[in-house]
Amino acid sequence: MAKVKLSEKKLDELKEVCKSFNNDKGELINVLHKAQSIFGYLPAELQEIIAKELHTSAAHVYGVVTFYSFFTMTPNGQHPISICLGTACYVRGAEKVLEEFKRTLNIQVGETTPDGKFSLSCLRCVGACGLAPVVLVGEKVYGRVSPDGVKDIVAEYNN
Amino acid sequence: MTSQIRIALRNCGIIDPEQIEDYIARDGYIALAKVLTELSPETTIDIIKKSGLRGRGGGGFSTGLKWEITRKVQAAQKYVVCNADEGDPGAFMDRSILEGDPHSVLEAMAINGYCTGGSKGLVYIRAEYPLAVERLKIAIKQAKEYGFLGENILGAGFNFDIEIRFGAGAFVCGEETALIHSMEGLRGEPTVKPPFPSEEGYLRKPTNVNNVETYANIPVILNKGWEWFSSIGTEKSKGTKVFALAGKINKVGLIEIPMGTTLREVIYEIGGGIQNGKEFKAAQTGGPSGGCLTKRHLDIPIDYDNLIAAGSMMGSGGLIVMDEDDCMVSIAKFYLKFTVEESCGKCSPCRIGNKRLLELLEKIVQGNGTMEDLDKLRNLSTVIKDTSLCGLGQSSPNPVLSTIENFYDEYSEHINKKKCRSGVCKALMQYLIIPDNCIGCTLCARNCPVNAITGERKQAHLIDQEKCIKCGACMEKCKFNAIIIN
Ligand SMILES: Cc1cc2nc3c(=O)[nH]c(=O)nc-3n(C[C@H](O)[C@H](O)[C@H](O)COP(=O)(O)O)c2cc1C
Ligand code: SF4
Ligand code: SF4
Ligand code: FES
Repeated sequence: MAKVKLSEKKLDELKEVCKSFNNDKGELINVLHKAQSIFGYLPAELQEIIAKELHTSAAHVYGVVTFYSFFTMTPNGQHPISICLGTACYVRGAEKVLEEFKRTLNIQVGETTPDGKFSLSCLRCVGACGLAPVVLVGEKVYGRVSPDGVKDIVAEYNN
Repeated sequence: MTSQIRIALRNCGIIDPEQIEDYIARDGYIALAKVLTELSPETTIDIIKKSGLRGRGGGGFSTGLKWEITRKVQAAQKYVVCNADEGDPGAFMDRSILEGDPHSVLEAMAINGYCTGGSKGLVYIRAEYPLAVERLKIAIKQAKEYGFLGENILGAGFNFDIEIRFGAGAFVCGEETALIHSMEGLRGEPTVKPPFPSEEGYLRKPTNVNNVETYANIPVILNKGWEWFSSIGTEKSKGTKVFALAGKINKVGLIEIPMGTTLREVIYEIGGGIQNGKEFKAAQTGGPSGGCLTKRHLDIPIDYDNLIAAGSMMGSGGLIVMDEDDCMVSIAKFYLKFTVEESCGKCSPCRIGNKRLLELLEKIVQGNGTMEDLDKLRNLSTVIKDTSLCGLGQSSPNPVLSTIENFYDEYSEHINKKKCRSGVCKALMQYLIIPDNCIGCTLCARNCPVNAITGERKQAHLIDQEKCIKCGACMEKCKFNAIIIN
């Protein structure tokens, strides 16, 4: 895999974050949360730096990153689309909505469109079951989404 | 008319959660003050024990007893943890409490610290709940400013501080030992109990873990007395339970009902009945660890013990209602898929066994199942339950066992008749055109993506079952209800 070039400025920010957590490896998950919000994702190169800062092994960091579904090692699209597949949403037809997104964007779950605009992921209950089925685009919540409504949602971001 | 009683949700939607003054105006922090100045830890624990409060996180363990056990362990440092991981897909009670009334949880955690000897509190919350996190942060800051948290609280010589820790999307981290490992910055894998967290928890120190809703009940019990609290509910389940009503029901949302309310009251009175006048089929409680309740169970009083006797469990409060259009084999498969994805993989019965269960279910919904597979499902389920390390594996086969028990006919139809009566299992379904209803408008044929429909204009059309990919487009388009699912 090609080496990822990480911005120096962001790396400095990350090192500050580690310091604010006393470079304590017990704070790894907190550090990873911050790192992911700075860089958008957690590539291997970044994990090595975090390991060094927190005085632990890269293997340990990798083990934690891969354990939790919130952490990702691939960059998200500009507009990450997440479909809730919690029970309430499932019962109200979330799977059909997901299929429609896959078809419309022509990508699978976990993938990003070639133009980097959209990525697709699944979520478990976001706590808005009353609005099931629920779709998130970035932080924006769409409720009662039907397969027919998928096109409109995508169109909103496609210009 | 069944009434709801708001104890855990008493302030939600009534106060401004970002104003501590609002909380104080509704008896906030009075319980903490009373406990610190008038009651000994032992007396306080005794009140909680007598109230009959049981853990709302799923297990239903006596809260007072847990506090007493943590208190009795000797250690220089102890921790007070609030479990706000709320992983059950289809449940949002804890989120609502934290967003609507964060101080009630903070107050209760401080009371717990006073009772058990803990000086540090930690709230473990899902990263998917940004608003709840924000409100918690504001609440902690305000409580410190008012001197309800920090050093020498209310001049009583008691120190207590609260920090937030974030989950990162792993269901198993709701299990208390896994949660503790996650807070330590490790993979959230459970460990064998004993030792229980109350003996050896966070950083190997005694740790009292309670659920959000459990905590939210504490200040009220201390303010209104255990006699009042224990007068609500059934013999062995006191107080109320918050449920997140969702699925095919008219009024979705949070409800708080006294223990002992029946499922019928919940669905038909509070929930306003099933959507579109359809027929009730089942209600799942306890999420992926629970089971389904059916028409047979409509009149049993909902409490911890009755739900277990009915083959389900209280769980954390998700209550998903299903109607005649839901296929129970598919529902079991849905939960199993969840478990397989969320199994931490540490122990083999759960990691491998659940995968095998899922494969058997897939075989059945594909129309390739045999009656022998049903026996295999049952046997393997029992083995997984008996031999898994943590509560996730020990309960993961419940949806399978409970749907087989209650909907045996549906399983056997899938297997013997290759039929899914709800029309959910695609492999088993056929789109058919009823010749008498078809006027030959050709709309369906023009919309079929694979050209599976043939027929002359103004003549009845026909679907080629070999070609049909079961997309349903034709049925959606037909204006004459001429297309049905068999
Ligand atoms: C797989 C699994 C997931 C759990 N998820 C949660 C959860 O999301 N929230 C919760 O409070 N308890 C959860 N629990 C129960 C906790 O382990 C623990 O019993 C509970 O937090 C104790 O608090 P309580 O006595 O106040 O209920 C879960 C248990 C298991 C086995
Ligand atoms: S039962 Fe499942 S989740 Fe629990 S420890 Fe075993 S593999 Fe992990
Ligand atoms: S269900 Fe789809 S593929 Fe089958 S006949 Fe109708 S439109 Fe064609
Ligand atoms: S199940 Fe989708 S928001 Fe709860």
